[in-house]
Amino acid sequence: MSEATMVAAPPVADPSLPYNDTVAGAVVGTWADDTDQALFVAPDKLLALLTHLRDAEQYDLLSSVTCVDYSAYKGKARAGISERFDVVYHLYSTKKGGGPVRLHVRVPDGDTVPSATGVYPGANLQEREVYDLFGITFEGHPNLRRVLTWEGFNGHPLRKDWQEAYFDEETKPFKNRHPAGSYQWHEDKLPWGDNNTYPAGWDPDSWEAPVSYVPVSQAPHRGFGELDTQSIVINLGPHHPSTHGVFRMLTRMEGETILALEPEMGYLHRNHEKIGERNTWLMNMPFTDRLDYINSMSNNLGYALAVEKLLDIEVPERAQYIRVIMAELTRIINHTWSIGFILNDLGALQTPALYAIEEREMILDLFEEVSGARLMCNYMRFGGVVRDLTPGWEERAKYLVHDRLPRALDQLDELLSGNEIVKARGRGVGYLSAQDLIALSVTGPMIRAAGVPYDIRKAEPYCIYDRFDFDIPTLAESDIYARYYIRLLEARESVKILQQALRDLPPGQINAYASATLSQGFGTIMGGKGGYTFRPVEGEAYARVEAPKGELGYYIVSDNKTNAYRYHVRSPSYINLNALGPMSVGYKIADAVVILGAIDIVLGEVDR
Amino acid sequence: MFGTGLLKGLGVTLKHFTDTFTDDRRKEPSRYEGSIKLDDGRRIIDQPITQEGLLTIQYPEERRLLPERFRYIPMLLWDTEIGEDRCTACGICAKVCPPQCIWIVRDSDENGKPITRPAEFYIDVAVCMSCSFCAEFCPFDAIKMNHDYELAVYDRYPQLVYDKEELTVPLEYYAALWPTQFAEEQAHRAKEKEEELRRNEEKKRAAAAKAQAKAAGVAEAGDGAAKPKRSKEELDALKAQAAAKAAAKKEGGADAGAVETGNAEAPVAEDAEAAAKRARLEELKRKAAEKAAQRKKEGGA
Ligand code: SF4
Ligand code: SF4
Repeated sequence: MSEATMVAAPPVADPSLPYNDTVAGAVVGTWADDTDQALFVAPDKLLALLTHLRDAEQYDLLSSVTCVDYSAYKGKARAGISERFDVVYHLYSTKKGGGPVRLHVRVPDGDTVPSATGVYPGANLQEREVYDLFGITFEGHPNLRRVLTWEGFNGHPLRKDWQEAYFDEETKPFKNRHPAGSYQWHEDKLPWGDNNTYPAGWDPDSWEAPVSYVPVSQAPHRGFGELDTQSIVINLGPHHPSTHGVFRMLTRMEGETILALEPEMGYLHRNHEKIGERNTWLMNMPFTDRLDYINSMSNNLGYALAVEKLLDIEVPERAQYIRVIMAELTRIINHTWSIGFILNDLGALQTPALYAIEEREMILDLFEEVSGARLMCNYMRFGGVVRDLTPGWEERAKYLVHDRLPRALDQLDELLSGNEIVKARGRGVGYLSAQDLIALSVTGPMIRAAGVPYDIRKAEPYCIYDRFDFDIPTLAESDIYARYYIRLLEARESVKILQQALRDLPPGQINAYASATLSQGFGTIMGGKGGYTFRPVEGEAYARVEAPKGELGYYIVSDNKTNAYRYHVRSPSYINLNALGPMSVGYKIADAVVILGAIDIVLGEVDR
Repeated sequence: MFGTGLLKGLGVTLKHFTDTFTDDRRKEPSRYEGSIKLDDGRRIIDQPITQEGLLTIQYPEERRLLPERFRYIPMLLWDTEIGEDRCTACGICAKVCPPQCIWIVRDSDENGKPITRPAEFYIDVAVCMSCSFCAEFCPFDAIKMNHDYELAVYDRYPQLVYDKEELTVPLEYYAALWPTQFAEEQAHRAKEKEEELRRNEEKKRAAAAKAQAKAAGVAEAGDGAAKPKRSKEELDALKAQAAAKAAAKKEGGADAGAVETGNAEAPVAEDAEAAAKRARLEELKRKAAEKAAQRKKEGGA
């Protein structure tokens, strides 16, 4: 039986499908209704196809690897799917720019998928995440362990049949809130302890076996000639001021030199994506604020763009400009913040950091005035933004971008760029070649500091970025100093964009709908009863923005229901950590702190 | 020369130091310029964007001036004009709330028939994420965002589960906190009332006409067919009306914006702002007194 299907399988590979002429039988079908090109790939041909795409087609960046569990799918168009899991790959080209090649690999429960780490080392963390949250085994992965949850975690939380403690209902809104109002407080339910379950055969008390931290445990130890030396393991974190949150760097040291380093995370994991799949589409918006909490505006923007792709909405001009203004203000906040804290990590405690984030206060004041909050802005909506600018806002913003911000950036430049200590600590430290960085799926300022002029605002323009005149600064050195300086240069470019955007800001609507509020018409236009629920067409969309930290992508799947079927965040902070280990090896432990600082992570986004 | 970069950088810090020092001496512009003085020397600070540096706000003696749109925890409005809760227990806010921290029990009359009034209304403010969706989507303008952020208590439960009593504020409080939005809503309401009156008139007339027609012995078969048709027409008309209204509003809004931005330093705007500030100040005073009373009560209990 199985042999018959094996024999029968090859003819399915249609030569008219792309890439089948070079990698025979790799592509077994397409997903026709999508705007992006999506190809179904035979699992056993995946690696051959990836190698071909990387080497011959210049798709050198494996941007996103994720998975969808189709076991509870209610849509019509994909009703016939028999395999439970669909592993989705997005490949981009940093050389050609433009859109992605999207590959889908379908596997039934229990099957394995070949690991892409051999072709794209950047698949490392993402495949671990899929393994952790979906329970899919990637064959050939060098270090397949749980990454966001811990070893004693029961089950794989993003599977559709997994339910958390205090499980209420599959989707929101929960019925017990109205009109009976029988909601109970969690504290009333179970005391600590009873809400924990462990995997079968796993006992927390007898559990001793240390997890095999592969790179660290297998690091080669050279010793010092005749001397009988040992290498030691040092934990930086999880509670350590240098890690910018709750994050652990597991290092193996020889003297002060790092032999191997592995990031350990998940301490702040809150299953953002599961929450996002229970939420209605709109409810996710304020949750995105909490990802990279320094840049809520660009998080909002990425999510709005993804859903707008499904809804097929035209965003009015004024809203487009406002969105760009907010996103660029946020980039300045992020970059000055990150400069300040790179210096903190270098040991220049507080003075540069406080100088750097002074103007941030002014920008946050502006955010607060339009959106009502400084950090958790929740300002964008599908079709535009939620409220118009207040009177006088533009004048203040103009003063800021024409006067105050350029001055502050110049001052920062003068304070730091020539400083001999900064140079001595930063030059040549944390070097990784551009090629390696791209192979590790690193995006954002990190690769631009390695001389790769790759910026999504230019490579695949979204919103109205193609209208502005700005450069993508690059530096060749790819070390700490370059990563510091590139952020200053980028902040200057943002100021340029802001000046143009504020100059051209047109009057008009701020939302494709009369208003985002129900009383003023949102509800009647957007999907009948109440604007707070609507059903996007069945399908999937991936939208990405150049967030200050790198490529921020949202992958969403809709089965034409009021809640997202799949909601995945491709977070730059998390994926850029792929490079932390390779970048740190050979440097001193004191450098590891600033190497991490120069990646610029936010744990809210790393752990999700 | 080695060390020049360092010296240059130190020059920047030195300049900062002297600037701060002379600024403090000169007190010009004073950090209290444009600030509002409360009792007991408490102040609300509003730093103009053109003032160099950053003011340290000596909380709790000093506070920042919050913008109107500041959102923290929702409040329920008690309509003092008609002496009723504005909330009708429609449940939309509970449905739209992302962390699902609102729950409402609808009231019922003695026969058990539900009536449009909440019997109980809870918000678990420890869970509330201050998104303001409830305020955005409430069709009756019954729930709005409060500016009061000093909510610390010793226990999360039950102190941070606010009931209807704790959530309810009088309409004037809201009007003082959100003057612009309140004015917009009032205008909208007035217009709507007018519309409704007109519609009622029309309905009455239509009903009268229908009765007449019936009396005249028009075939009843036509009635069933006419009903949906008429309602559809009515709907279309309503839609057109709404669209026109929205368009008019937008134009008005844009014009107003243009006027404002045209003469940014107009004294009119200044006055409005000062008035708003004063109103808010009054409110804060009232709130503070209330809080003090409450604390006294708690202390006594
Ligand atoms: S506050 Fe508004 S949305 Fe909530 S139940 Fe009352 S009337 Fe409905
Ligand atoms: S502000 Fe948001 S989270 Fe808080 S009660 Fe309202 S809808 Fe819920």
